[in-house]
Amino acid sequence: MSADDDNAVIAEPVIEIRGLNTSFGDAVVHRDVSLEVRRGEIFALVGGSGCGKSTMLREIIMLQQPVSGSIRVFGSEVVGLSDEQALPFRRRWGVMFERGALFSSLTVTENVALVIREHTDLDPELAGEMAALKIALAGLPADAGRKYPSELSGGMRKRAALARALALDPELLLLDEPTAGLDPLSAVGIDELVRNLRDALGLTIMMVTHDLDLLWRVADRVAVLGEGRILGVGTMQELARSDDATIREYFHGPRGRGAMEQAWNRK
Amino acid sequence: MSNAPITSRSTASSSAADIQPGANPRELRCSGPWLLRSVAQIEVRIDACLKEMPLPDGGELLIDAQAVTSLDTSGAWLLHRTRRDLEQGRYQVRFVGLRPEFEALLRLIATRTASATHVPQSEPGVLNRIGGKAWESLQGAFGLLSFLGANAIALVRELLQPRRIRWKSILYNLQTAGVAALPITGLLAFLLGIVIAYQGAEQLSRVGANIYIADLVGLSMVRELSPLITAIIIAGRSGSAYAAQIATMKVTEEVDALRTIGIGPLDLLVLPKVFALVIALPLLTVYTDIMGILGGMVMARAQLDVGYATFIDRLDEAVSLTSFLIGIGKAPVFAAIIALVGCYQGFQVSGSAESVGQQTTRSVVQAIFLVILADALFSIAFSWLGI
Repeated sequence: MSADDDNAVIAEPVIEIRGLNTSFGDAVVHRDVSLEVRRGEIFALVGGSGCGKSTMLREIIMLQQPVSGSIRVFGSEVVGLSDEQALPFRRRWGVMFERGALFSSLTVTENVALVIREHTDLDPELAGEMAALKIALAGLPADAGRKYPSELSGGMRKRAALARALALDPELLLLDEPTAGLDPLSAVGIDELVRNLRDALGLTIMMVTHDLDLLWRVADRVAVLGEGRILGVGTMQELARSDDATIREYFHGPRGRGAMEQAWNRK
Repeated sequence: MSNAPITSRSTASSSAADIQPGANPRELRCSGPWLLRSVAQIEVRIDACLKEMPLPDGGELLIDAQAVTSLDTSGAWLLHRTRRDLEQGRYQVRFVGLRPEFEALLRLIATRTASATHVPQSEPGVLNRIGGKAWESLQGAFGLLSFLGANAIALVRELLQPRRIRWKSILYNLQTAGVAALPITGLLAFLLGIVIAYQGAEQLSRVGANIYIADLVGLSMVRELSPLITAIIIAGRSGSAYAAQIATMKVTEEVDALRTIGIGPLDLLVLPKVFALVIALPLLTVYTDIMGILGGMVMARAQLDVGYATFIDRLDEAVSLTSFLIGIGKAPVFAAIIALVGCYQGFQVSGSAESVGQQTTRSVVQAIFLVILADALFSIAFSWLGI
């Protein structure tokens, strides 16, 4: 993959996880997990349901505390920060939640403009214009801005959530299941959007996904999470050659093979 | 260090973003970091720059962007918009010196935003709003009536096919709306009895008619206050819960799911609640009657030296069976109002979290209003009938 060559000079890590341990009561979710996301790459975290992917994402964005370990974002520790200390980080990343989490009592434009107005001193008019820009960037038609989230289809809601995540022109974009619940056509749209954004804005993107097509199409590096640890990290080609039983099952199962063949045919 | 800019697009020099007329009259010069946080001042600068510049008519304009140190989507949008505006003014605009990555960003913006326009919404006028509100209230009244009708139909269908009655759901609602409400309704009725007896004691002792405390407390509690206070507590306690439950179920499409499974939402969500409350509220009213009179008895003995036995003897004469039945008879009507209004408001939710709260509030206010209105109508009717 070409992006891998670009990373030949290894860029500094944007997210650096060391010795992460998480457990809920007796259930151990992460056991001494270490992981690195480099600047400018599209990094994907995969694994079976309930293996702690989303938990890790929530720990990175400080919605949840790990039991022990270190998470460094933009070179600084984020574990155990107060809300006030967390604010500078929160301005520099955009988060898209699995189900969108749009504010249901605001229109799409208001959802995006809320973030812009909270963190800048733009007047309402200009903030609205910037919001319209982000909505267009996320691939929504202009009239979608006036609608309420409940009036949008699932795919449009995802795009609106992405527009809100992009509101402050973040350096780091964290996406939880960006294509889950979308029809294939919309999913391809999101694929292209994610890649375009990375190329044009130099974003670093970390996503949690189940979508094998998305992995083959856009992910530069992929980490497979299972049994509380990282089973493998690498490009899709590297992981496809892995000997680990779980990884093989994941990538060489019927769905995995289909996605892989498609990816090879495209080349 | 956490805030140290790292990316190429944010390695901003300390100089501010700017746009100025260039060396020759067909040139504009941009410089500095064109980022979201400075778009407000860039916009001002663009307007000023275009105004002070002696623009020639038509022809080619150059925008020199060599000195732009960083660019994000917001800055790129302003560049794009400036170009678009100028091109509408019959100029051909060309960018020079733009870094390749900035050029790619500008291209992305240009292709994505062909249709991006922000149209500020116009506020409706006063008349418009008054009309809107009036229409809304009218529709609300009609809505409640048609909801009542739909429930009546569902009720008839259930009575014709008693198999369809959901006993389990009714029992569950009896438990949550009835049994679980015993402590709070009992306590409040007891306190109300004390308050009435205390207020009455002052007046009665002055005319030496101490024994009539039983008439005062007994009649006012049994005939009016006990059904009313119970209905109001239940409206606040259960009516709001019904509204919030149904509203949330509607937002999460659970109501639609019920319909597709072939279960009528009214059959499962509304009628059991109405049945349960129509049974529970009269029973609760009997209980609050007793608790209120107990409160009055305690106060009568403390303040007026009317013993328990004397009080109960007098109560027997003062409170007729008719009075008692009138009080209890109002309760099922109140119960139906509370349950129906709560459920109706729940179904009126519009899909936002805010509207769930609004409908819940509305259910309580409307239920209490209608309960008191019904109580007044009962009083008028009874005085006509001479009961």
